[in-house]
Amino acid sequence: MPDLAIIIPSVLNGLTTGALYALVALGLTLIYGVLHIINFAHGALLMVGLYAVYFLNVQLGIDPYVALFIVPPLMFALGYALQRGIIGKASHGRDENILLVTLGLSIVIENLSLFVFKSDTRAIDTPYSFEVVEFLGAFLPLPKVIAFAGALVTAALLWLLMSRTDLGKAIRALAKEPKGAKLVGINAEHVFAMSFGLGIACLGVAACLLLPSYYVSPQVGHGFVLIAFTIVVLGGMGSFVGALIGGLIIGVVEALGGLFLGESLGQIGIFLIFILVLISRPTGLLGHKV
Amino acid sequence: MRQLALLGLVFAIIGLAPFVISSDFTLNAVIMILYAALVGQAWNILGGYGGQFSFGHAAYFGTGAYTVAVLQVQLGINPWLGLIAGGAMAVLVAAIIGFSTFRYGLRGSYFALVTLAFAEVLRILSNSVPFTGAGVGILIPLDQGPANLQFVTKQGFFWVIWLITLAAFVTVWWIGQSRFGAQLMAVRDNEDAARALGVEAFRVKMGAIMLSGLFSGLAGVFYAQYFLYLDPYIAYGPAVSVESLLVPIIGGLGTLFGPLLGALGLHVISELTREFIGEFPGISLVIYGIILIAMVLFMPRGLAGLASRLRARPFGTRAKAAEGSHA
Repeated sequence: MPDLAIIIPSVLNGLTTGALYALVALGLTLIYGVLHIINFAHGALLMVGLYAVYFLNVQLGIDPYVALFIVPPLMFALGYALQRGIIGKASHGRDENILLVTLGLSIVIENLSLFVFKSDTRAIDTPYSFEVVEFLGAFLPLPKVIAFAGALVTAALLWLLMSRTDLGKAIRALAKEPKGAKLVGINAEHVFAMSFGLGIACLGVAACLLLPSYYVSPQVGHGFVLIAFTIVVLGGMGSFVGALIGGLIIGVVEALGGLFLGESLGQIGIFLIFILVLISRPTGLLGHKV
Repeated sequence: MRQLALLGLVFAIIGLAPFVISSDFTLNAVIMILYAALVGQAWNILGGYGGQFSFGHAAYFGTGAYTVAVLQVQLGINPWLGLIAGGAMAVLVAAIIGFSTFRYGLRGSYFALVTLAFAEVLRILSNSVPFTGAGVGILIPLDQGPANLQFVTKQGFFWVIWLITLAAFVTVWWIGQSRFGAQLMAVRDNEDAARALGVEAFRVKMGAIMLSGLFSGLAGVFYAQYFLYLDPYIAYGPAVSVESLLVPIIGGLGTLFGPLLGALGLHVISELTREFIGEFPGISLVIYGIILIAMVLFMPRGLAGLASRLRARPFGTRAKAAEGSHA
């Protein structure tokens, strides 16, 4: 049994990773909560964001944290266009069709980047990449601490947007009562696309915060997508607070699983939680009509 | 009955291939089309007729493939027995996945997610345990001879896949005719209404997932014997899961001949891709993805739907139901 001197840093590390997972999951839960669709292309779009941050840094020398003002708006536009141009048109009244289309999008995006960028793993070099912060006897990488704070700030901003702005009101109205919302003059297609765009913009933020302590490769989204699904399911579909807490839990589970079971088996813990949660809380999960 | 006659005719014509085709290259193409049709028909049983969209059919495929390979390499068990064992193991995995999801009423997106997660768990497991050869993969030793389910010429492999695929198609024909099939389609079209009429949805869906798993597993066994090499990514990776659902979606969901049309269409497309774009990693999957999106956007009833629209009469049993739900 490893003693506390190993477990505490591991838990803290898990919390910082978990905050990033939460950020990815926030976008997913927003999209699910409003559009009632599961976006299978979420991981692939995160990868697009990571490449954007990477090339801004390598080609133009833009710091990833400065890219926070560039990448999320671009991702927002991409998400808006995808929903308006492809995903929204595909349903033909069946949710399964949306599943298939987002699956198709993820396949296209991932393999196109595999074709263009090859399967190389790339990382960026920043002056602060190896800075550490000491906390409770643990040495945490500075970028991860910043990411942790950034994730919390983003969640708070998102909450403000949803509760205080007209757009937020329209989104919530459409999520609760689509027919009624349309009757009072809410442009459903536009608001759906705005929600999808916001969800994808979250991925842009996640990409900026993630890259200084992580890497990018065409398959990088893979690892995140099931984790994000797990968090969303764990926290309750459509719930922001749930996504945040779920993210932190999963981060810690992964860190401890890696500590006790080794890297490759440690991942299994996440999938098992996922399967268990999905099949053991059916009423909560099927609260929304699927 | 007319459908069965047509089915017999189609397979009889395909069965002429080894007699009229002399080049190994072309016969290999026919074998791969039959194989794709098998993988697609397996998915079609659950997805097309049952309406349960699985994103993790690799779980059954990989289990069949690994069973025959591991039994041979680790225990020296004959692959013909491995064929049966592989099918049985795939059915077992299907039963476990089906039980744990249908028992709790998971449908739609949730079902898709859980099946994907199961396939991932199996992929990670096969990557970690020693007897599957872990990440290095497992190599079935070359020992050609009909007794070893390895053939010197392509003809032998052709007859194996021809038979298994025929069995899958006859099974699906039977589903289209039988009480079980009618119940399955009723569950697909409206589960609550079907239950109200006394259909035991859980049992019907269990039957569908196990049949589906069986043929997926047999396809996996064939794959292992044909290529003699497996690794976790080939067996349990997303490529198989995607191919499984793409074939019937292209061909026509919930139709008897859809998977065959889809397999043919997919083969033509991937050959054309190779011809015009060349061999690059990932490019064929890009094309698959684009086709998937385009099919859902513009032709949700697949090639069979197109054929029936041209002939102005239903090609398969799904046609009417599909018209209703896409209206």
